[in-house]
Amino acid sequence: MISMNIVKRKPLPHWVRIVIPFAAVVITLLLAAIPILFAGGNLGKAYSSLFYGALGNRFNLLETFVKSSPLILTGLAVAFAFRARFWNIGAEGQLFAGAIMAAVIGIYFPGLPPYILVPFIMVSGFLAGGLWAAVPAFLKTKWKVDDVVTTLLLNYVMIHLMGSLLFGPLQAPGSSWPRSSAIADAAHYPMLIARSRFHIGIPLAFALVLIIWFINSKTVFGYQSKGVGINIRAAAFGGINTNMVILKTALISGGLAGLAGVGEVCAIQYHLLMDISPGYGYTGIVIAMLGNLHPIGVALAAFFFSIINVGAQTMSRMAGVPVYISGVIEGVALMVMLIFLLLSEYKIRWKRS
Amino acid sequence: MIGEIFTVTFITGLIGATLRMSTPIILATLGEIITERSGVLNLGIEGTMLFGAAIGFLTTLATGNLWLGVLMAALAGMLLALLMSVLAVYLGLSQHVSGLGITLFASGLSMFIYRLVVGSPTIPPTVTPFTPVAIPLLSKIPLIGPSFFNQYALTYITWILIPLVSIFLFKTRGGLRVRTVGQNPFAADTVGVNVNLTRTLCVVVGGAFFGVAGAFLTLAQQNMFLMDVIGGRGWIAIAMTIFGNWNPLAGAGGALIFGFLDAFQLRMQSLGVNLPFHVFLMIPYLVTILALIGVSGKASVPAGLLKPYRREEKGG
Repeated sequence: MISMNIVKRKPLPHWVRIVIPFAAVVITLLLAAIPILFAGGNLGKAYSSLFYGALGNRFNLLETFVKSSPLILTGLAVAFAFRARFWNIGAEGQLFAGAIMAAVIGIYFPGLPPYILVPFIMVSGFLAGGLWAAVPAFLKTKWKVDDVVTTLLLNYVMIHLMGSLLFGPLQAPGSSWPRSSAIADAAHYPMLIARSRFHIGIPLAFALVLIIWFINSKTVFGYQSKGVGINIRAAAFGGINTNMVILKTALISGGLAGLAGVGEVCAIQYHLLMDISPGYGYTGIVIAMLGNLHPIGVALAAFFFSIINVGAQTMSRMAGVPVYISGVIEGVALMVMLIFLLLSEYKIRWKRS
Repeated sequence: MIGEIFTVTFITGLIGATLRMSTPIILATLGEIITERSGVLNLGIEGTMLFGAAIGFLTTLATGNLWLGVLMAALAGMLLALLMSVLAVYLGLSQHVSGLGITLFASGLSMFIYRLVVGSPTIPPTVTPFTPVAIPLLSKIPLIGPSFFNQYALTYITWILIPLVSIFLFKTRGGLRVRTVGQNPFAADTVGVNVNLTRTLCVVVGGAFFGVAGAFLTLAQQNMFLMDVIGGRGWIAIAMTIFGNWNPLAGAGGALIFGFLDAFQLRMQSLGVNLPFHVFLMIPYLVTILALIGVSGKASVPAGLLKPYRREEKGG
């Protein structure tokens, strides 16, 4: 009988920690070769079409940036919450809250000039997502209700809320589909690069990466939320109002996810519809873990996922591998990364007994 | 309109549909209760159900054998559950994240395999699904007969499983072992119970339940595989586990309420009653959240839930 023991190891040098995510990506692509070969795809052709499809020319590259922005925002949202051990599984619902807010304002305030309307929508969408996230945070702080479950359940409450709006007051006149009227032109995000969908939300997402990084590492609040995450009792003993920290964390986290929803309405769809998000909120959880909850890591992980998502379309056309390979690759990437992170802190010892 | 709603046919139909629609949720809830009682939260449930739905459907599509489909779905669920155990039990990785990773991976894999096997035809392929089995004599009782005793075989099996799981957990040595491992793994280890093996067995049994719950949707309730066939039922089972205070009878009761509201709103829609049905669908989630507030602090959460067991960290 062989038994396994997991024991702590000495801290690894700093460069190893930076190499780990890249090594994880390489291992992931090696493992993903199995289903690709299984699908009868030619590996060289599959991977070259994957990367060409995502990065190979101007249009593809810009499209990869476009697709990365909601992932960066939901990834940041989750990472920011998880860092304080607020288990926000609800970024999907918070994204919908932001999207609903964007549609409502974009439809009902058509007269405002763009330089007022767009920021107004952004702030409102941020608040909508943030307040929606504050509900489970309040339940957690007030009555110790499990946040994993409440954030998850509130996603469905929000989906059905959106459904009742899209089959009710927000439904476009004369339409039988759950789809709203178009938002005003003045509510559209400005496009920054001609002949592409590269909109103002993309640099905004990258700016938010830096802002969150700054909050995390340079502000008192960042220090407090980390303290709450590491040891909430010690943080409380040290004089931190832990409930307030969790509520503020939730507000920011949900706000970031809300902004992702605003971007989808104001820069991509220009309508509110039921499938406004293909699960960005859930993917955000994986991205946050893959990025090791660090904002820069989140941005890199989100960009990697965007490469996989955009490139998989081309790979499916060129190499005949079903496009759903992207979900498989993302799932594998997460598991590999988790195992690598474990191995960076612990050693596995096998014992014969 | 009111007359139409309260006919005997309507009521028997509604009860029948409630039992039918709650079946996959009850199965998944039972699986999650066994899993969580041993100290593991398996958020891989949603993806595992989809994988069971896909593998069960494809097996039946290829062989025409419905029960072989159910069996393969159970095995498929166990396979993913085994992966979950490696990550969350043996390696001791975060249960939240491992589970969500399994769901992401399994969802991608299910659709990938489905596409590989069936390609992309314009009309999705279908199987001849399970037909309800009328129980002799009992199904002839007025009102009760057609609604309770004219169900799918899997629904009957599910109803038998509810007390069985309850008896196992609370009345057998094996169940005591499971609960001890979930409650106090250090104590269990001291008296010679293999904590990680017990947890793995529970996770794997739970996985079989998830797989069959998924297959029920593609082989009985419907006859085809669609990407959104699970539609959040796995997450509902997670909620029902807590709602039912980790107790199989109460969890199944919660799932039944869920099935009822779903069946009721569908029937209202088909009668053309203009209800805001999305508001209806919202109710169970809101009720569950209220119930969670009600039981908070009093809930008998397995104390070892979410905590990986490592001997070196004794007492930690």
